[in-house]
Amino acid sequence: MSTDVKMLTQEQRTQAPEGVKLPIYLDNHATSPVDPRVLEAMLPYFMEKFGNAASRNHSFGWAAEAAVETAREQIAKLIGATPKEIVFTSGATESDNLAIKGVAEMYREKGNHIITAVTEHKAVLDTCKRLEKYGYRVTYLPVQKDGLVNLEELKRAMDDKTILVTIMAANNEIGVLQPWAEIGKLCHERGVLFHTDGVQAVGKVPIDVNKENIDLMSISGHKIYGPKGVGALYVRRRNPRVQISPIIDGGGHERGMRSGTLNVPGIVGLGKACELARLEMAEESKRMASLRDRLKNRITNRLDETYINGSMEHRLPGNLNISFAYVEGESLLMGINDVAVSSGSACTSATLEPSYVLKALGTGDDLAHSSIRFGIGRFNTEAEVDYVADRVSETVERLRELSPLYEMAKEGVNLKDVKWAAE
Amino acid sequence: MAYSDKVLDHYSNPRNVGSLDKNSQEVGTGLVGAPECGDVMKLQIKVNPETQVIEDAKFKTFGCGSAIASSSLATEWVKGKTVEEALQIKNTEIVKELSLPPVKIHCSVLAEDAIRAAIHDWKKKNGVAAEQPAPAAQASH
Repeated sequence: MSTDVKMLTQEQRTQAPEGVKLPIYLDNHATSPVDPRVLEAMLPYFMEKFGNAASRNHSFGWAAEAAVETAREQIAKLIGATPKEIVFTSGATESDNLAIKGVAEMYREKGNHIITAVTEHKAVLDTCKRLEKYGYRVTYLPVQKDGLVNLEELKRAMDDKTILVTIMAANNEIGVLQPWAEIGKLCHERGVLFHTDGVQAVGKVPIDVNKENIDLMSISGHKIYGPKGVGALYVRRRNPRVQISPIIDGGGHERGMRSGTLNVPGIVGLGKACELARLEMAEESKRMASLRDRLKNRITNRLDETYINGSMEHRLPGNLNISFAYVEGESLLMGINDVAVSSGSACTSATLEPSYVLKALGTGDDLAHSSIRFGIGRFNTEAEVDYVADRVSETVERLRELSPLYEMAKEGVNLKDVKWAAE
Repeated sequence: MAYSDKVLDHYSNPRNVGSLDKNSQEVGTGLVGAPECGDVMKLQIKVNPETQVIEDAKFKTFGCGSAIASSSLATEWVKGKTVEEALQIKNTEIVKELSLPPVKIHCSVLAEDAIRAAIHDWKKKNGVAAEQPAPAAQASH
């Protein structure tokens, strides 16, 4: 009756093919490495051209200012904006805060209602929650099983006090792309401002703020092979002219919208990263999608009872989020310690709650605990993806041998019928 | 989070994985936790009817590395003990042995629960009275 299960020893497990360096980084939604071309562009701005972009009276300041303006153009060009519509920030969390709080304060007399979705990033959700304390009303739209918001529900949620809709372009966990062009159109028809958290989408899929009626958009450097600690907020200047109250007061930098000395090297890096994304997106997104599909097929061909979380059709090319039934996510991560991915398991979060994004899709808590997010990026290769697929599959197989749930399911027990002795 | 060497060792080389015949008179089975909570442990003991010594123990666990390690350790510790001795195992001893951080203490609690549930099942099967004279409560299980 008894079987001996051991995790795979170094010799038993799939070996990395020649040329594949371990550990493999497949967590590009968390952050991405800086592209060498980005770093090269940044380097002069630490020591030689270290000036303050706000110094108007000498060449050091002028050089810094010129570099900042070049970056502003590079970013604007990627999203179809004009350079004056780009405000530099410390990152997308600040951009989200500035957009939402800035609009809330500026348009307080017009209304106090904000609409967002339950699967937003915490930088948006917690900002909205804070505004609720100050008398704003917030509607948190549910999402459908595929992770998309329902436009009819959005329409119904709007009223004459609605001043802002903030819905992300691409989700950071499941990579699902919201219909931002339709949302933007709807908002403009109703005279409501539309902010989108574009952190995961900008540079990965085409976005045009004018064609798609986006009024404000948060951008991050380190998700697109730029540096950490720098981001931007797009703020529309025409049709309509969007005004925001600053959340940081001081020297009046960035047209008064964001005071503080500009992070010149970071900004140069963000600009360069946007330029590279614009030039390479078409080719790169095809490559990402093919690597992602390769990963998905190699895993799902070998394992049964795997579940893809979120729409495959409306999805970032580099994202894959899978639940492996009967296997807990953190234990899976432990077994593939030469691969960097992340899990929606409670055990990997500080709150001991499984992913709220997966729960919002109607994924049961059990499957949320079993989920793994793969984030494929610019520097991943086919050989790496194959290796990861094999390591994941063999570890899931081992952990299922160790799982009482898998055993029960194979015996024909319906786990939903079991009366679990909860702690 | 960094795992202690002992957790890693139990995870990589779990002791006593498997299943005993749950229908055997000598076997007690404990199934604790819930899939929704991310932890389910099944711990089984095989008890010598003469000596009441736990001669074999097996486990299967759905859960994080610390949960796997806690239940693996629990099977090691109950083996060779009498059922009454095994009931004395405290979750705090598991925490100490595996150097579990505060967020993982519930894994050790679950392992203690699993030992108790397995012993309870064995006692029920074999008509062994619980140490506390509470026959009514026991019958209601």
